[in-house]
Parts: sequence; C-alpha cells; structure tokens
Amino acid sequence: MRTDDLIDQLATAPRAIPGGAVQRRLVGVAGAGALAALVLVLAWLHTRADLAQAMTGRMFWMKASYTALLAIAGFWALERLARPDGAPRRALTFGAAVLTLFLVAGLTQGVLSEPDQRMAMLRGDSWTVCARNILMLALPGLAATLLVLRGMAPTRPTLTGFAAGAFAGGVAATVYGLHCGESTMVFVGVWYTLGVLGTGALGALLGRWVLKW
Amino acid sequence: MLLGLDGDAPAYRLLLSQLGGRLRAYFERCMRDAPGDVEDLVQETLMAVHTRRATYDRAQPFTPWAFALARYKLIDYWRRRRIRVTVPLDDDVEILAAYAPDPGSTLDLGRALDTLPERQRDLVRGVKIDGLSLAEAGARAGVSEGAAKVALHRALKSLRERMRGRADG
Repeated sequence: MRTDDLIDQLATAPRAIPGGAVQRRLVGVAGAGALAALVLVLAWLHTRADLAQAMTGRMFWMKASYTALLAIAGFWALERLARPDGAPRRALTFGAAVLTLFLVAGLTQGVLSEPDQRMAMLRGDSWTVCARNILMLALPGLAATLLVLRGMAPTRPTLTGFAAGAFAGGVAATVYGLHCGESTMVFVGVWYTLGVLGTGALGALLGRWVLKW
Repeated sequence: MLLGLDGDAPAYRLLLSQLGGRLRAYFERCMRDAPGDVEDLVQETLMAVHTRRATYDRAQPFTPWAFALARYKLIDYWRRRRIRVTVPLDDDVEILAAYAPDPGSTLDLGRALDTLPERQRDLVRGVKIDGLSLAEAGARAGVSEGAAKVALHRALKSLRERMRGRADG
C-alpha cells in the first residue's frame, strides 16, 4: 500500500481523543482490579470476623495506607511508562521511599520488642499464606492492566510489567486487609511487601512477552 | 496534533503527511543498508502514531513523542533482522535541529515561547527571529544591552530545557 493512501485512510474521520485518556484508563483498571479482589475475598477468603471493630483501629488504616501508597506509586509510574517518551524516575523514587519507610518502621518495631516475641510477630497466624493470597487476589487486576497497556506505547516492557504488578498488587493488598487480621508492622513490612513485590516480579516476567507492539 | 486529537480530519491529514516526510528522512539515514524497508517502517510508525495517539501528553511537544515511537519501531526492526547497531539516544535532538523549519516544530516552539515571561519572549523574537542586534532589541524592550544579553541567555536556556521535552513528572 502506498503511504499516501495509508494517510488518507487514517485521517478519514479520526475519532476525537479527550485529554487525560491514559489516566482514565488506568483508574478504570484499578477499579476493576479492586472489584475482582473484593469478590474473591467475599467468596473465597471471607472478611475477618472483627472487621467492624478493626476499622476503628489505627493498624487497619496503617496497612491500608501502605499498600494504597504502593498502588499510587505504580499508577504514577505506569502513567509515565505507558508513553514512549515518558521518564518514570520520580515515580519509582516515590515507590522506593514508601517501601523503605514501612520496612524501617517494621524493623524498628521488631528491634524494640521482646526477643521471644519477635518470631511470633513475624509469623503472625498467616505468614505461610499472606503473600500467596495477595498474589492470587492481584491476578485479575494484573491481567487487565497488561491488557490495557498493550494498547498504549510502553517502550520498556520489563520495567512497565513490574510497575503494572506493583500497581495491581498494591490494589489487591489493600482489599486483602479486609480479610487479614494481622496487626504488627513487622508482619506487614515483610509479607505484604513480598506479596506486592512478587506480583511486580510476575508482571516483569509477563511484560517481556506481553508488552510488545 | 491537538486538532487531530479533537477529530479535525484535514489538520490531522496534514500532520501525518508532514510527519511521514520527516520519518522517511530519519529512517533513510538510519537504514542505509536496507533502503527497501524504509517505506514499511514509515507506514508502521504512522500506524502506531494513529492507534496509540491517546498516549500523547497534550502538555508536551509533539515531535519527541512521535520520534520515540519511530525509534521503538526501528529497534524492533533491527531486533527482528538480528542486526545489532547502537542507537544514539540523542538522535531526535539532531533530527529536530536538521529539520527545524516546518510547521510541526514551529508550533512546538511557539508553545514553548509562550511559557516564557513577556520581556524574555520579546527579546528572543527580536534577536533570534526578527534578526535585530542585542542593543536594538534591548531598546525595544526598554533595557540596556548588557541586561538584554543576560535575559536572552536565560530565555534560551529555559527554551532548550522545554524543547528537549522529557516528560518526567
């Protein structure tokens, strides 16, 4: 086909694209991912028995803000990485800062507590399943995020995949707080972080294959 | 491009055909060993510009965005052909310099100029576009030649940063 014909074809009644299209699509994906995770929690894991009471406590919101901040860092990074000329440095720095802050908080709490308490705090009641559950809850959101990114123009597939995983993982971990009754910073700092980063690693792996255009 | 995003077909067609010419020059320079594939890549890039135009940030210059797509397509082509060539990262800056006088980048330049304070903008227009001397442009803006020189230097520096157009945010 001749290039001029192609241009004629492309320029025939181009659909109008409103501003902020990237952001809007990502918000839509976050909503869908959260909804899917919520359905999974309700149908598979069930909410924690003391949910109403826990919601008045500080720790419940602390956990939620940690994972929500990670999701926001992922969102920000994706908003940059979805564009061919976008530089994600500030977003990644923000994500790393959030991560460090909560890891240090967990570490401090661990160091300050009684030595015989430490292992109990680290393991809680659910250390064997926490990271796995977060990963499972994040799968629908991760799939949706990668699908939407395929239609955009990411030029760094591995990094974009990682950001997509951290984004979906952060959203899912926030919802997971409705089920999980753990209440120490040590536990959250280790297992929630592993869950979100694990989703990020899966995203990076998939991104290499999926995010080609 | 902004008109194109709003659905203005004639403006969009003009943009695509101008971009096509510049892409052809870019690919011809990068692919001397395979001139037969240049047109394929031009078409692939134009398709990508069209289908992925939602990822263009309206606040940023258009040219770096379009050439970032072009570079991705070029690297992809080399990867498929298993040719390893280093791609100079600053290539599109050269492209900008080499093909400066076209409506697309005049538009980018105009928008960048609009972000400057009024006095600096007048100085840049006077000296760099209308061809006045520093003293004449300074007199027009009501400042001394030395002050005009300093202000012009600052203006060009912020323009340069603006036109480089890396969308870090």
